[in-house]
Amino acid sequence: MSVPVVGVLALQGAFVAHERALRSLGVSTRQIRTPADLANVRGLVMPGGESTTMSKLLDSSGIFDEMDRLLADGFPVFGTCAGMILLAREVLDGRADQRSFGVIDIGVRRNGYGRQVDSFETDIPVQGLSAPFHAVFIRAPKVERVGDGVQVLAQYEGVPVLARQGNVTVASFHPELTADARLHEQFLRHHDLI
Amino acid sequence: MQVKRGLAEMLKGGVIMDVVTPEQAKIAEDAGACAVMALERVPADIRRDGGVSRMSDPEMIEGIKAVTTIPVMAKARIGHFVEAQILQALGVDYVDESEVLTPADETHHIDKYAFTVPFVCGATNLGEALRRISEGACLIRSKGEAGTGNIVEAVRHLRSILGDIRKITQADSAELFQWAKVLQAPLPLVQEIAETGALQVPLFCAGGIATPADAALAMQLGAEAVFVGSGIFKSDDPAPRAKAIVEATTHFRDADILAKVSRGLGAPMTGIGMDAINTKFAERGW
Repeated sequence: MSVPVVGVLALQGAFVAHERALRSLGVSTRQIRTPADLANVRGLVMPGGESTTMSKLLDSSGIFDEMDRLLADGFPVFGTCAGMILLAREVLDGRADQRSFGVIDIGVRRNGYGRQVDSFETDIPVQGLSAPFHAVFIRAPKVERVGDGVQVLAQYEGVPVLARQGNVTVASFHPELTADARLHEQFLRHHDLI
Repeated sequence: MQVKRGLAEMLKGGVIMDVVTPEQAKIAEDAGACAVMALERVPADIRRDGGVSRMSDPEMIEGIKAVTTIPVMAKARIGHFVEAQILQALGVDYVDESEVLTPADETHHIDKYAFTVPFVCGATNLGEALRRISEGACLIRSKGEAGTGNIVEAVRHLRSILGDIRKITQADSAELFQWAKVLQAPLPLVQEIAETGALQVPLFCAGGIATPADAALAMQLGAEAVFVGSGIFKSDDPAPRAKAIVEATTHFRDADILAKVSRGLGAPMTGIGMDAINTKFAERGW
């Protein structure tokens, strides 16, 4: 069987760091900038960056409509930070014209953990991992509401920071910024991509 | 350190725009900027007006922070660590220790390890970049020549930095000592580059970008994001130009998209040739 290709949304943000993590696990990666780039991709990572910038580029590139269709069909996606915002059902403190896919039943507040001077890193226990994960929070979104169908995989100070609903996994923090690829591995295994 | 260096990863593939008013900050955010640089005058006006150029008034920075949800950067003078302390107290997301302002110290740059806020610094060559990294800079940008609308200096700086990185990866271990001496840079940083083939922090382009094609040129040369200063708000019609530069930075290898977004933007800033300027900002910094 050929190696599966996992897409990394490359409109703006930390896409290179995600590619590095995915490749270390033996999958091929492809940078996604146009709808055509999504052909034959088996899953997608949506990186951190500026969600307002990505939202505009998703529209202008035509990726939004194509992804909307794929996500409805159960396409596996992992969104970190800005990626979480773009996948959430409700976005608080977003721009009025900011679009999100609304495919995971959570409410998130943009920059809910504050500005860069409030950014922090900490070890958190994660469901399914034997040792804690070092989580880096940068101007991170904060989950303020979780729907019944959402599985919370990790919390920090009682607030969910890693969650899954069906084909959609989201994190408030940046697993791509450390050398530890266990969360990428968990995502790929959950969807039988490795 | 991951927290300080991480924000630069989030800015990659994006456009950071100079803004001097809250209205301009809104235009920048509406156009898809990934951050704004709050300052009192864009470099083209600093160049025209002369005099001493300093950190912006905190009130002006607060005004811009209040209207935008994207990261806000601000400039401190080279070596002026108190301006940097004030900017950190104001809660700006990034400090640019910038040659565009009048230097406060002709020998020393700021000890950037003493701050929680991350710093970006300019560089014209690899040695300068590594000296800034050794002082704690989390992001390097080409200096280019700010306020000219002329990309030639930024191209020179990017080619110099990235060209030397490529050469170092070919050097043997004995030659690395000579490289460190020539570059006036710490040996361990040079050895690290020989191993990884990359700068320790992200490299962005600044200084002279005026068109979508300029932005894409910087990206194809190897910059990972772009700063646009005077190029947007000194042009005829800033909003569409800002949006086009955002598109060009994302789709920097797609000539069809570049052709499409470059159309009908009105006149870019007039620009100046290098032989017509008296002060080269890029020569500030040591």
